[in-house]
Amino acid sequence: MAKPITYYLRTDKMPHIWCEGCGHGIVLGAVLRAIDSLDLDKDNVCVVSGIGCASRAPGYLDFDTLHTTHGRALAFATGIKMMKPGLDVIVLAGDGDLAAIGGNHLIHAARRNINITTICFNNSIYGMTSGQYSPMTPTGKIATTAPYGHIEEPFDLCELVFAAGASLVGRGAAYHSGPLSRLIAKAIATDGFAFVEAVSQCPTYFGRRNKMKNALAMLDWQKEHAVTKKAASRLSPEELADKFVIGELGTRTRPEYTKRYESIIAAAAKETDENV
Amino acid sequence: MRSETSIRLMQGNEACAEGAVAAGMRFFAGYPITPSTEIAEHLAAILPKVGGKFIQMEDEIASISAVIGASLTGAKSMTATSGPGFSLKQESIGFAAIAEVPCVIVNVMRVGPSTGVPTAPSQADVMQARWGTHGDHPVVVLCPTSVAETYTLIVEAFNISERWRIPVIFLMDEVVGHMREKVEIPDSGKLKIVNRAYPDCEPEDYLPFDADAGDGVVPPMADFGTGYRFHVTGLTHDRTGFPTTKRPEVDALIRRLDSKIDKARQEVTFVDEVLTDDADIVVFAYGITARAGAKAVRDARASGIAAGLLKAKTLWPFPDEYVERIAQKARAIVVPEMNMGQLVHEVERASKGKTKVISLTRVDAEPISPSEILSVLKEV
Repeated sequence: MAKPITYYLRTDKMPHIWCEGCGHGIVLGAVLRAIDSLDLDKDNVCVVSGIGCASRAPGYLDFDTLHTTHGRALAFATGIKMMKPGLDVIVLAGDGDLAAIGGNHLIHAARRNINITTICFNNSIYGMTSGQYSPMTPTGKIATTAPYGHIEEPFDLCELVFAAGASLVGRGAAYHSGPLSRLIAKAIATDGFAFVEAVSQCPTYFGRRNKMKNALAMLDWQKEHAVTKKAASRLSPEELADKFVIGELGTRTRPEYTKRYESIIAAAAKETDENV
Repeated sequence: MRSETSIRLMQGNEACAEGAVAAGMRFFAGYPITPSTEIAEHLAAILPKVGGKFIQMEDEIASISAVIGASLTGAKSMTATSGPGFSLKQESIGFAAIAEVPCVIVNVMRVGPSTGVPTAPSQADVMQARWGTHGDHPVVVLCPTSVAETYTLIVEAFNISERWRIPVIFLMDEVVGHMREKVEIPDSGKLKIVNRAYPDCEPEDYLPFDADAGDGVVPPMADFGTGYRFHVTGLTHDRTGFPTTKRPEVDALIRRLDSKIDKARQEVTFVDEVLTDDADIVVFAYGITARAGAKAVRDARASGIAAGLLKAKTLWPFPDEYVERIAQKARAIVVPEMNMGQLVHEVERASKGKTKVISLTRVDAEPISPSEILSVLKEV
């Protein structure tokens, strides 16, 4: 790192609110190292979040930061990016915030391919409200609202967002913080909608109820269950069933939304000229 | 830009769009909904011509959210909707209130509740406009009675929003939104345009929610992306903008936000009085109903009844002082509304028992006619 991580932090706003063993600090560190590797200007970065544990992250960051309503970070960020396309706009949010209440905004931001980088802190649970199941809770797991075991299937968020039209999607994990940071840097540098699912751990409300008694056990789980795309290609569907694939999972080149809007302004100006 | 006064035949929704652009609005996010859709359609065409941006979002909540985000970059921003969409936007309106982000929300009222009668007029959202979002919050509600008034009043809506850093609700009704009338468009140089106050301190000294750095009520507001690097949240916050649950700080924030309404009251209250000086009976009305009220008053005068009209263009803060003054001298105040009687309760409260208050309601998806009001004036 060219600069110490504290350069990007509002250290006077700490200690942070996250529990002991929470993976969100590791993911946030990966985000900041990515920003540092790209040498972004602090005055030109705007970080937007929704509601939940992950969404408290922007408060600790020394940028223009916006902590919005539940699920709506991408919609607020869209207004910011449209009026100041030159800003590096980054959305940090949890799996409940992005995939449940904010799911519609997620797919539409991807469809528009607006140049916003979205990092999903996926801990598979609603931590802020103490452990209800989210759209990312695996089948069979225990949550306060799934005391008999969860009966729903989780999303594959990367597939969902890529199908919706994103320019880049990928997945990383808190355990593999170096590759995660490099993936986030690539996402930020992408000219279009870029989405990174960062598998994080919530020992307090997920691990303890699901036979992973502490953060170490959960990080071990990440280590043992993460497979690269290359390794995954050699595994059978049965072998892949309880694994998650990490790395860059999809890229494509498509026109970016705010740049496309310039063509509207040009067409409108032409019409005005013709009418004069 | 226009350099001289021009006269145009315009639809109310079109006048709303044109007036907003004249006020300096450069970002609009919306979602199609009857009877407000023409506002979005018109802005999709004219905003890019002035370098502004229009976006049709995926839903109503996204629209108001994008508007707040855009406003934080310094752009005057607006959304427009109708009943069901207005209900969906309420949470974010509260966010704009607590985070003090200027924005204008247009609600062209139609019959509710729920889907109701999408194509028919109503005035049943006047209480929701004031109290739709949860918690104590400041909001100003303006309500035009004609197409021409729509043009000038939407400019005031932006001025109030910028001056006080509050969401302003612009309540039209389906009749005003869809009818076409003559509008004398003022010379753009003659319009009074108010912009938000910017900080004059260095970024490192900036306290984004320190009202003492401004007039004691409204803190100066920096734009995102200009080096001030500040935090904005919907949580109760201290002067630095960071969350607090300390009781004195929570108390101070809620009270300061609320005080905006009292401080702003005089300059945001727009009320027209017609023949009220010697009036024995006064009609209190707003929106299209005030037009029927004006005709009823003229007809009543012609048949020897000393009637007058109090036309409220500002619904919130409620124009207490005007109503109280009328209540002291008039025998009765008649309140026609296209709802089951909503602002009549405010008229009663402001009258303090000094006069008789009569409610006239209509909820069959038709506007109130002058003759209906006249017959009440004759009975009193």
